[in-house]
Amino acid sequence: MQLNTDASSSLEKSKKTKRVMSLEKKESLQGYLFIAPWIIGFLVFMAGPLLFSLYGSFTNYNITSKMDFIGIENYIKMFTNDPLIWISLKNTLYYVALSVPLTTAGAVLLSVLLNQGVRGTRIFRTIYYLPAVLSGVGVYLLWMQLLSPSSGLVNTLLGWVGIEGPAWLSDPAWTKPALIFMKLWSLGGGMLLYLASLQGVSQSLYEAAEIDGANSFRKFWHITVPMITPVIFFDLVTSFIGAFQIFQEAYVMSDSGDGGPANSLVFFNLHMWNKAFEVFDMGYAMAMSWFLFIIILVLTVFNLVLAPRWVHYEGEDKK
Amino acid sequence: MSAVAQNKTSHFQSVKFKKKIVKTIVFIILTLGSLLILSPIWWMIATSLKDMKEIMTYPPTFIPQEWHWSNYAETLQKAPFMRYTLNTLFITVLVVIGNVLSNSFIAYGFSKIQFKGRNVLFALVLATMMIPGFVTLIPQYVLYAKLGWLNTYLPLILPAFFGSAFFIFLLRQFFLTIPNELIEAAKIDGANHLYIWWKIIVPLAKPAIATVAIFSFNGAWNDFLGPLLFLNDSDMYTLQLGLQVFKGQNDTQWNFLMAGSLMVLIPVITLFFIFQRYFIEGMNLTAGSKG
Repeated sequence: MQLNTDASSSLEKSKKTKRVMSLEKKESLQGYLFIAPWIIGFLVFMAGPLLFSLYGSFTNYNITSKMDFIGIENYIKMFTNDPLIWISLKNTLYYVALSVPLTTAGAVLLSVLLNQGVRGTRIFRTIYYLPAVLSGVGVYLLWMQLLSPSSGLVNTLLGWVGIEGPAWLSDPAWTKPALIFMKLWSLGGGMLLYLASLQGVSQSLYEAAEIDGANSFRKFWHITVPMITPVIFFDLVTSFIGAFQIFQEAYVMSDSGDGGPANSLVFFNLHMWNKAFEVFDMGYAMAMSWFLFIIILVLTVFNLVLAPRWVHYEGEDKK
Repeated sequence: MSAVAQNKTSHFQSVKFKKKIVKTIVFIILTLGSLLILSPIWWMIATSLKDMKEIMTYPPTFIPQEWHWSNYAETLQKAPFMRYTLNTLFITVLVVIGNVLSNSFIAYGFSKIQFKGRNVLFALVLATMMIPGFVTLIPQYVLYAKLGWLNTYLPLILPAFFGSAFFIFLLRQFFLTIPNELIEAAKIDGANHLYIWWKIIVPLAKPAIATVAIFSFNGAWNDFLGPLLFLNDSDMYTLQLGLQVFKGQNDTQWNFLMAGSLMVLIPVITLFFIFQRYFIEGMNLTAGSKG
């Protein structure tokens, strides 16, 4: 009797596990079904193109007639026989090195000011964020007008404080600062990101510091900044990746991609675009795209490696 | 004793006073900054209403001496902006629908169903955000060329139906805050995942979905690269592409250029003021998951 129930219960158990197993399987299957659109999209729009472009970068592909394997010829040409690529790389690095730190610092500063709880904070937030949602050709045209040397707003305002503004988009030395200027106008996106994370900083930390006699600057440097470093890190990584790919601004604000005065607006992607879609030297352009990809990858890895030194994660020691 | 107490109150008063001064200074800085931030938009409106003679006078005027409303009518005559608007709307609406459906569907899978390899695949989703778009641009162009899809809207619309990493991430973060008990309860009542996704999660996640809708509206409306690459026929141009061509034809006609730009930007500005909180919601979700 005793044995019997045991046997039957164990039988039941095994049945149950089987049912649970098949339920789990069914669940898994549904999971894959739900993410299937992404998997298809990933294969068709991402993985496939990546492989194609990697192979293509070793060919003389020109979309119509030929696709012969030519080894690393494209890469050799890049380093030895295309001076414009170095100009474009220099322009791009110039833009990245100035625009990313400036927009990040500006956004942090602005968010700290907005977090002081002054009257009208919500209205200020709206105003500062507005330019960040505006993009595209309309904005570039607007800035071409704002930066126009004699009749533009920027030089008019500079004139008020006694500065004679440069010729901006027609002076090779000032074209890139002009784009950075334009970029700074829309730092509201980053500002909003920081504001959200500032509001998560516990007030008690500041109170404790105040009791210890910390002044505003020390509070900012020793509490505010460390607490928002994870967001700064995220913002820096994505901004770097974005800034390296600058294209549209230069394309629209120089004459349909001719690269501005003295090639000062030939950015890496603009050069690549012209190679790919103006002269259809697509194999070469794909090699260029991998070159940029590797630069970005190295920089991102560098960022990730450096992160533990300065990024502070709350509750890290608990993990 | 009382001297000490008095000292203390005066100390607190001075701290309070100092805070008030700081707040006033911050308020003044923010006000001046706001004026600076808004001035380009006013400049655009003013320039769009001037005639060319006034635009060229020095020093420039902040308020048009004569308001040439006819600049707008002329701008509309100079280029088929109506056509461009309809084309852009068609693409934008489909892209928004595609993004909302696909990303909420995929994010549901990544947050509410257990399956093997889920975390690895999700890490892959995040990793794709780091891949520069230009690496896949040429092969995608080749793919669409071979499919005969160049000069159609398919390359601009279709990818939206297969999810986008940032939106998947955003929605997954939001879905994770919805308690699983709701799903368990629905399952006991015999509901399947499809039903739970559409009837329970999507309605509960309206704010996050609105954020995705608005971001993707903005993205499609402002997209310049896609139309530039895939469209040839001027009848099919979008507003961004049309504006670029318009720029080439009216090189220094700043009043018409500003009028055209403003007409393209106004829908986005309007949407921003109406749905501001969803823009901010998206930022909070992003910041929250990074902090």
